[in-house]
Amino acid sequence: MTVHNFYLFDRNGNCLFYNEWNRKKQAGISKEEEFKLMYGMLFSIRSFVSKMAPLDMKDGFLSFQTSKYRLHYYETPSGLKLVLNTDLSVSNARETLQHIYSNLYVELVVKNPSCSSTQTLDSELFSSRLDSFIRSLPFYSPRAA
Amino acid sequence: MVIFSVYVVNKAGGLIYQYDNYVPRTEVEKTFSYPLDLVLKHHDEKVIVSFGQRDGIKVGHAVLSINGVDVVGKSTAEGKDILEYLKDPVNYPVSIRFGRARLSSNEKLMLASMFHSLFAIGSQLSPEVGSSGIEMLETDVFKLHCFQTLTGIKFIVLADPRQAGIDALLKKIYEIYSDFALKNPFYSLEMPIRCELFDQNLKGALEVAEKAGNFGAGS
Repeated sequence: MTVHNFYLFDRNGNCLFYNEWNRKKQAGISKEEEFKLMYGMLFSIRSFVSKMAPLDMKDGFLSFQTSKYRLHYYETPSGLKLVLNTDLSVSNARETLQHIYSNLYVELVVKNPSCSSTQTLDSELFSSRLDSFIRSLPFYSPRAA
Repeated sequence: MVIFSVYVVNKAGGLIYQYDNYVPRTEVEKTFSYPLDLVLKHHDEKVIVSFGQRDGIKVGHAVLSINGVDVVGKSTAEGKDILEYLKDPVNYPVSIRFGRARLSSNEKLMLASMFHSLFAIGSQLSPEVGSSGIEMLETDVFKLHCFQTLTGIKFIVLADPRQAGIDALLKKIYEIYSDFALKNPFYSLEMPIRCELFDQNLKGALEVAEKAGNFGAGS
């Protein structure tokens, strides 16, 4: 049971924050390209899902899974996108992501007058609080499953 | 609990088979008087609601028919542009039917190819070694399941999120594909599947899956 990594994108596609805990394989491209690819993939998935959906959706795309990992997605109405990659045992991390948004991002970044919301997050406090929050999650274990 | 549709995508990402088992139609018909308080716009050869969501008519819904007559793309059945028609107070009161736009075959082809690429990107961005592509994609109204065979064919099933047994269904569809498409001497590989027995057996398998039955060893 583990958390692999976390991405935070703003509504223009800039990656504001990234951290990894248990990542075993790098994407083979530079971090900048990886962020662009990840954002592009999410943008395409959202557009794909809105066309394919047989009924009108409320929350939209929630997560996807492959044979080895699961990607959880949460988008705020302001266009901020939170992405969490975990292993397969975590079925729903939506509340986790909502908690990260409302209790960590809004409290520590939005309410911080010296944090600019358009550039990469510089906040040490956010980074350390997020790290301890992730480590405290019931589905996180330092030794990857 | 329903299975909405089945798509089969070949190695190159092209759609070779598509079947819509159940397409829920959420349509609303209302009579309007001038001026129209919904804001409509052109999008992809259709006229859709861009602002003014109310009474079951949501943003993104398309104009399906005017005064009972189905529209053709951006114009009415007589060939008049819909937005022009609705700007003229002479034409009111008018009865318009709104609903989710049906996907055209071209759009289905594009979406299948889009998924083919997304499947591969899902594998590339994996934080774990040896990951497959996207096998299951979940939203609040449907779940998309994908099974990729060793030869690169993808079987994609869109179903209700609570529907169980889709993995068995995907394997069953693979079996039906190999029995009724591959063994058909008139079927060429990677080409669109036009085999009656494949259609019939696929429909049968979907019925069994919806009733949450198990596929017998010899069926």
